[in-house]
Amino acid sequence: MITAAAEERQTYLNESYGIKSWLLTKDHKRIALLYLATITLFFFIGGIFATIIRIELLTPRGDLVSSETYNKMFTMHGVIMIFFFLIPSIPATLGNFFIPMMIGARDLAFPKINLLSWYLLVAGGLFAIFAMLAGGVDTGWTFYTPFSSSYSNTYVVATVVGVFIAGFSSILTGLNFIVTIHTMRAPGMTWFRLPLFVWAHYATSIIQVLGTPVLAITLTLVGVERIFHIGVFDPAYGGDPVLFQHLFWFYSHPAVYIMVLPAMGVLSELVSTFSKKQVFGYAFVAFSSVAIAILGFLVWGHHMFVSGQSAYASLVFSFLSYFVAIPSAIKVFNWTATLYKGSISYATPMLYAFGFIGLFTMGGLTGLYVAALGVDVHVTDTYFVVAHFHYIMVGGAIMGYLGGLHYWWPKMSGRMYPEGWAKLSALVIFLGFNLTFFPQFILGYLGMPRRYHVYPDEFQVLHVLSTAGASVLAVGYVIPLIYFIWSLRHGKMAGANPWGATGLEWKTPSPPPTHNFEETPVIRHEAYDYAALMEEEANVR
Amino acid sequence: MSASHIESVERLAVREQFDTAEQQKDAATLGMWIFLVTEVMFFGGMFCAYTVYRSFFPNTFGRASSSLNATLGAINTAVLICSSLTMVLAVHFAQLGRRKLIVLFLILTMLIGGVFLGIKAYEWHEKFVEHHVPGPSFHLEGEALQGQAQLFFTLYFAMTGLHALHMVIGIGILTVLAIQAWKGKFSPAYYSPVDIAGLYWHFVDIIWIFLFPLLYLIDRHMPK
Amino acid sequence: MPEHIDARKTYYYVFAALIALTAVTTAVAYVDLGPFSVVVAITIAVVKMLLVALFFMHMRYGTALMKVVVLGGLLWLGILLLLSMADFVTRGWLPVPGK
Repeated sequence: MITAAAEERQTYLNESYGIKSWLLTKDHKRIALLYLATITLFFFIGGIFATIIRIELLTPRGDLVSSETYNKMFTMHGVIMIFFFLIPSIPATLGNFFIPMMIGARDLAFPKINLLSWYLLVAGGLFAIFAMLAGGVDTGWTFYTPFSSSYSNTYVVATVVGVFIAGFSSILTGLNFIVTIHTMRAPGMTWFRLPLFVWAHYATSIIQVLGTPVLAITLTLVGVERIFHIGVFDPAYGGDPVLFQHLFWFYSHPAVYIMVLPAMGVLSELVSTFSKKQVFGYAFVAFSSVAIAILGFLVWGHHMFVSGQSAYASLVFSFLSYFVAIPSAIKVFNWTATLYKGSISYATPMLYAFGFIGLFTMGGLTGLYVAALGVDVHVTDTYFVVAHFHYIMVGGAIMGYLGGLHYWWPKMSGRMYPEGWAKLSALVIFLGFNLTFFPQFILGYLGMPRRYHVYPDEFQVLHVLSTAGASVLAVGYVIPLIYFIWSLRHGKMAGANPWGATGLEWKTPSPPPTHNFEETPVIRHEAYDYAALMEEEANVR
Repeated sequence: MSASHIESVERLAVREQFDTAEQQKDAATLGMWIFLVTEVMFFGGMFCAYTVYRSFFPNTFGRASSSLNATLGAINTAVLICSSLTMVLAVHFAQLGRRKLIVLFLILTMLIGGVFLGIKAYEWHEKFVEHHVPGPSFHLEGEALQGQAQLFFTLYFAMTGLHALHMVIGIGILTVLAIQAWKGKFSPAYYSPVDIAGLYWHFVDIIWIFLFPLLYLIDRHMPK
Repeated sequence: MPEHIDARKTYYYVFAALIALTAVTTAVAYVDLGPFSVVVAITIAVVKMLLVALFFMHMRYGTALMKVVVLGGLLWLGILLLLSMADFVTRGWLPVPGK
């Protein structure tokens, strides 16, 4: 079929115009773009707080902001980045857009609930922004009691309400994905022919559905305690702050897998496409996603080694934490094996994939350090932990997100981004990231506590390096924002399959029509079947 | 075949994202079951807090529990079980296409649910009068550990309150369904909304089936 | 898929059983069973839950997936309760000061 005049061809972008057609859309692709705009906004808001933190930390004295304000800065940075950026990021944008297409469906199972999910994220975000503007919240994103429930004088209730609402956005997305993947696969699309991106999101959705409600009720109890001054976590009434921590981390540990599993799903797609090879050990990668989802629920106590948790429980949680590393390692091994004897291309998405593999591995290995009880007693609540989780969340999850964004941008927009600028940004981000966060491992090991803005003089050099890195990183993030927007008007027109990838989404025009497929496809190939793809292309010619 | 049955078959719309009516029904049912699992975990956080604190303060919890009206609690449990019966009968008659009976049993379910809420409101009022509501005027007679007793009542009000909120939402949903049923929307070919509303209602019943013994029947055998 | 339409009598029997079990659990609460009071109360509640789930919620006609979903939910609640209690119950078990 000729796509001579793409403007005349009906796509999901031009099938209707006007703000109502976007705000009341049921199309999963449009909802994905609504999410994309929203989370990008939240990312930069969270980034503003990071900027203030890093500028403050240039000097050993607390000279930019007061201690109270500094507490608000790192709290809001964490709350916004975790609940309003990372948790929704890949699932709500790339997942929403591509899961129906990848399984051969016209939309998700519950399109209206999908739209509701977006509105819930926006509503939750408005509460969080209100809290910010009204004066901020200073409890840390972890809301530990009794400070959050009894003693903090900041806008805790507004913030937890915002997080609660955003939590339901996450739950409904997960529910939607699970039902969609179970009931709406096209004929011939068996479970083991699904792209690994879909498996990763299935596992993520399980976590969202099982974990988030516990966070919701826990934050509700904190809110109730603040408003009515009755103790559930208040020691004055026999309440136990450690109970709060158990309930909080029951969700918040699996939450980190909500943040990283989708990026791992992206990785499988990228590594396969840009080595032109089937993912090595498909079944292992698929099952490892589910294993991470399940095991991830059994390790939360490793955040509580120094909180007064029993030594026995700490032993058990430490032991189980070593197990959860195994499926992640299996994925890294399988991606590496996929590269072996592949036809490697260094397009921008692949650069991000390489970045992920290296940086996630470092983050993951340092996770083993902190899972060791003896080491953790030394490095807990230091910058070592901060570096560990930023290696995973930024070096891992965000790199995966950017890789996926670049990979699927041509499909979503019909335009190519400028490859030169994109490669440059990827490099800038990689260098900036390492300069920002590697010194933090050293800082933490040497004893620099987290959440402090006043520190001994001897730590200044490392902090300056870190802040320098953060400036570079910021530049690296701004450039893609500019060129992606630029590409919408001026980018090269993209064909249906600019990467020569397998997968049903690449069989549709770029951008796709509203209903994805002219007729429901019938699947006859395994996933990542490049031989079949080449045969098809040969036949077309 | 009644006129309303033919009408509802014609009105049976398979939403455009689905290929068949069966796929739509399977999706809706699976969706509701998954939602109920999220509700299990939502209430579960409070069941966890209850378990932990009861293990810390078993005697105080026992004394606090004894101040609740077990008779009313038991009656209310029976009331809710009645509403579950009427709910499942509503679904049953939807399967049989008996329009008027669907409406009747939905309304009965709502009314019985209302009775439950009425008794609950009375119980809460009693607690208020007895100064058992957590807050500055809280006092449990003859209890040395007032703070811990207040913990029990915080959990009592939070758990029964959340449960009551779910009942109210359920009654709202049933109201909408009753109106739709009256208009002939449901038939043996299409009654999925009634079915999944039933699942929700029965789940709320199950929550109460656990709340009753855990809140009302701790250490009843102990002398007052 | 053939629709399973239960006989109304089934529902009446289940209803009667649920009412009876409610009466039993209330009455038994006034008997001193020591630590078994909790066990009995929870057991009866679980039986009532199963009756509602299997018969009123039609789980006995449900697919394997449905049952996995329900079991998963209950199992996860179990994980939350058990692993949390594992901390509180084992405080002081190991000779580590303060834990």
